[in-house]
Amino acid sequence: MSHGPSASGGALVTAPAHAHHDVPYEIVFVGDRLAELNTILARYPNKMAALLPALWIVQDVRGWVSEDGMKEVAKLLELTPAYVKGVVSFYTMYHQHPVGTHFIQVCTTTPCNVCGAEDVVNSLLQHTGCGDLGLTSPDGKFTVIEVECLGACGFPTPIMINNEFVESVSPESVPRVLAELR
Amino acid sequence: MGYPHKSHPRESPVLSQYFGDPEARTLAGWRARGGYEALQKALAMDPLEIQNIVKDSGLRGRGGAGFPTGLKWSFMKPDGKPHYMLCNADESEPGTFKDREIMRWTPHGLVEGVALAAYAIYAETAYIYIRGEFTEPLARMEDAIKEAYEAGILGSNAMGTGKRIDVHVHRGAGAYICGEETALMNSLEGRRGNPRIKPPFPAVAGLFGKPTTINNVETLAAAPYIVKNGAAWYKQYGRADNPKSVGTKLFSVCGNISRPGNYEVALGFPFKDFIHDLCGGALPERTIKAIIPGGSSVPILTLEEADTALMDYEGFAAVGTLLGSGGVIVFDDRQDMVKQIARLTRFYAHESCAQCSQCREGTAWTTRIMERIRDGQGTLEDFDTLLSIADNMTGKTICVLSDSCATPVVSGLKKFRGEFEAKIQPSRNKVTVHG
Ligand SMILES: Cc1cc2nc3c(=O)[nH]c(=O)nc-3n(C[C@H](O)[C@H](O)[C@H](O)COP(=O)(O)O)c2cc1C
Ligand code: SF4
Ligand code: FES
Repeated sequence: MSHGPSASGGALVTAPAHAHHDVPYEIVFVGDRLAELNTILARYPNKMAALLPALWIVQDVRGWVSEDGMKEVAKLLELTPAYVKGVVSFYTMYHQHPVGTHFIQVCTTTPCNVCGAEDVVNSLLQHTGCGDLGLTSPDGKFTVIEVECLGACGFPTPIMINNEFVESVSPESVPRVLAELR
Repeated sequence: MGYPHKSHPRESPVLSQYFGDPEARTLAGWRARGGYEALQKALAMDPLEIQNIVKDSGLRGRGGAGFPTGLKWSFMKPDGKPHYMLCNADESEPGTFKDREIMRWTPHGLVEGVALAAYAIYAETAYIYIRGEFTEPLARMEDAIKEAYEAGILGSNAMGTGKRIDVHVHRGAGAYICGEETALMNSLEGRRGNPRIKPPFPAVAGLFGKPTTINNVETLAAAPYIVKNGAAWYKQYGRADNPKSVGTKLFSVCGNISRPGNYEVALGFPFKDFIHDLCGGALPERTIKAIIPGGSSVPILTLEEADTALMDYEGFAAVGTLLGSGGVIVFDDRQDMVKQIARLTRFYAHESCAQCSQCREGTAWTTRIMERIRDGQGTLEDFDTLLSIADNMTGKTICVLSDSCATPVVSGLKKFRGEFEAKIQPSRNKVTVHG
């Protein structure tokens, strides 16, 4: 939920100028992915409970959750698209816009903050060329956002690059961490 | 053990004894270490008998509130309705990172605890709700569950007893508030993660409207050891003069400390020895100024207060704070307490689900004022405003996130007032101070 008083606090991602809206939508839930969804559905007494897992599948396949993706999920789970959108917007991890190939989340909450997390953010912004938090680098490779506690406070500063954790990142180790991605 | 450090001789490693040991992650490795013996034993018992052992052991919820676990389980009666067991693995309280290590290193230990608890509360289905960012713990848990199904430990004939126990993981998607038990239920049901008004309590109408028990990862991981070794064995951990807090507890230590990590000690351990001996004390050439001992939602202690505390529910209460989730956050003399408290209030403002006006407005205003003071733009009047907002947002909302935002402000203003005052520039301070 993002309505904090500070614009830099939220997982706010700015849509790139050339958003992919004109590309025709390709159905996500066919073949193996439809089978996966059916396995998931069997775990719950109703279809709605499979909403978060279904949205994860969409994001894993497409990199983000578009309005069309929400519509497809809504139909499968017998919900309205507006309802699905309401749920998507509650959670910070579903991207409602395309993001960089390497989506980097940096924890700057107090325990990491006292260990120098803000310097790690600055170093990441500098070395990725992102310019600012939530913006995607001109080459489309990186998006950096600040996030709240990642539950790894003993390993400051933890960052997440897509689905992977990198622990104990320092401003000095940032170039090395990024080099491993290219 | 003090993972990632070696165990300290004064620790009492039970839950953490296999941290760092990759073999313990596999079913074969877990079995070789005595794993699933407790579940086998439990499935041969009457659920009521298990509830009584856990009651007798004195185990209390490790998710923050310290509610007696056996008592919670005893609210669940064999009423013929479907029941649900929920494991809260949302671990998002700043300073807390213990459940993560339990899931990373001993996933079968948690599967065993969850299955045992499900049986003890007359449930056939259990869900482990894991925060969305915990991709590795999620993968470990999925692997362990898969192995457990393949070995017939879970499923329609759990451990050959003819009883059905299903355990599933459910991935969250980024929201601290989903750690609150009823928000977690809403989230799992495919809704926005708004906490529910209580009553009804989960034991009456919880997940999918059915009787539900929810426990923290660490609570459930402890249960098999208790069933296997007995209540008396568990009660030996603790200080002799406080039977209310027994057993071992994982404390996650972070911030400005020599050896950050997870340490498992018997409850009642002296906090001074813990900080200075086990965790190595301050960083070289630094001194510790303040400690938050139980995750970001509990009152801040000065070092002097911390040095006298005993690490259990009553011991921390005696120095005016709480054991909470066991997330110990250390601040040294370099830290600007105003800045760091402002950062904490920003956390709560960001994570408020915005249902209650006191919380939605209170967390936002508190943050705005705290950041103004931090930036040298505050006045002495702001201190009173902060306290009055804090008062307005405490004890008045659906859940206690609102209270948690007020806590560091109130304790910070009281204990580090000098730092707050030093931020007020005389030119901006138009208020006359009454003597
Ligand atoms: C805002 C908020 C966040 C919470 N986050 C967590 C959490 O991440 N993990 C957890 O186990 N309990 C959390 N709790 C406590 C749960 O509501 C609940 O008390 C706990 O899961 C019960 O388990 P236990 O009795 O084993 O401690 C949170 C509570 C609140 C109010
Ligand atoms: S106190 Fe805050 S987080 Fe809790 S229910 Fe109310 S608005 Fe939501
Ligand atoms: S505060 Fe950074 S991971 Fe917890």
